Amino acid sequence: MDDTLFGKGLRALAIASVLLLGAAIALVFFYAPNDADQGFIQKIFYVHVPLAIVALVGFVVAAGFGIAHLRSREQKWDQASYVTIHMSIIFGVAVLVTGSIWAKGSWGKWWVWDEPTLVSFLIVFLLYVTYYPLRYSIEDRDRRARYSSAFAITAGAFVPVNFIAVRLSESLIHPRVLSTTGGHMPGEMRLTFIVSLVAMALLYATLVKVELASKHARMQLRALRRALEDEPAEGAAMATALATVPARPVSVPD
Amino acid sequence: MPALPLDEAGKYVAGAYGVFVVLLLVYVAIMATKLQRIERELQLLTRLAEKRRTERT
Repeated sequence: MDDTLFGKGLRALAIASVLLLGAAIALVFFYAPNDADQGFIQKIFYVHVPLAIVALVGFVVAAGFGIAHLRSREQKWDQASYVTIHMSIIFGVAVLVTGSIWAKGSWGKWWVWDEPTLVSFLIVFLLYVTYYPLRYSIEDRDRRARYSSAFAITAGAFVPVNFIAVRLSESLIHPRVLSTTGGHMPGEMRLTFIVSLVAMALLYATLVKVELASKHARMQLRALRRALEDEPAEGAAMATALATVPARPVSVPD
Repeated sequence: MPALPLDEAGKYVAGAYGVFVVLLLVYVAIMATKLQRIERELQLLTRLAEKRRTERT
């Protein structure tokens, strides 16, 4: 059985995420000045852009986990790759919705098709949405893990290529945040943005860990159930050991 | 386009941050449901183990 403890360090990570998210929101609304050009609506930037950066980096990290799986054939890397992509897709939904709200307020339209940044993000998002049907159409566990890893690597390589291609194209109206000139952000805005970005990254890591720990617990329970059904003596010993671990919701009385 | 007045822009900002919070809450609710399922399964296995132990003794 896999002895990896995905929940290790989860509490500290969760506390850090909550504290930093709180600090980021306080900085956004009480410290960062209103944008001279866009006014108050620019505050959406501090949630929209960190979400987008973290989601895209998550896709690339998933590719790394995919490589680790293909090299080692360990299931835990495939699980990590799957959960990372899953979380990036959830973040991607938030990016698209918050971006649309911002676009409506700033440009008067929910979506603009001739803006490379928006369309390229949508392409990446839709590409990764196809990961689910691919993964769940394969029943054999090992084959599924291999194919999913191959997908994660291929699509993960597409993310930076796509990013560079968009950078090389002429932007029409979408502002540049990270540029060689520093994105033209004043100090307060830059600090707020960095705190928001770190907070979002911590939140992402926390949610990935929660999901991994939950999946791992379910897999262990399934294995325990099989052991109990197949080999009563060994299974009972395992179940007793599991149930007598402190802080469990139920325990076996002596 | 000129910058929106605060009362107008406030709706959009609240909407964007609201979407983020709602998504987070939905995710937490889904995870809570999964946790309940794990807890139920654990209870079931504990009862099964208890039964097996009683049978052995």
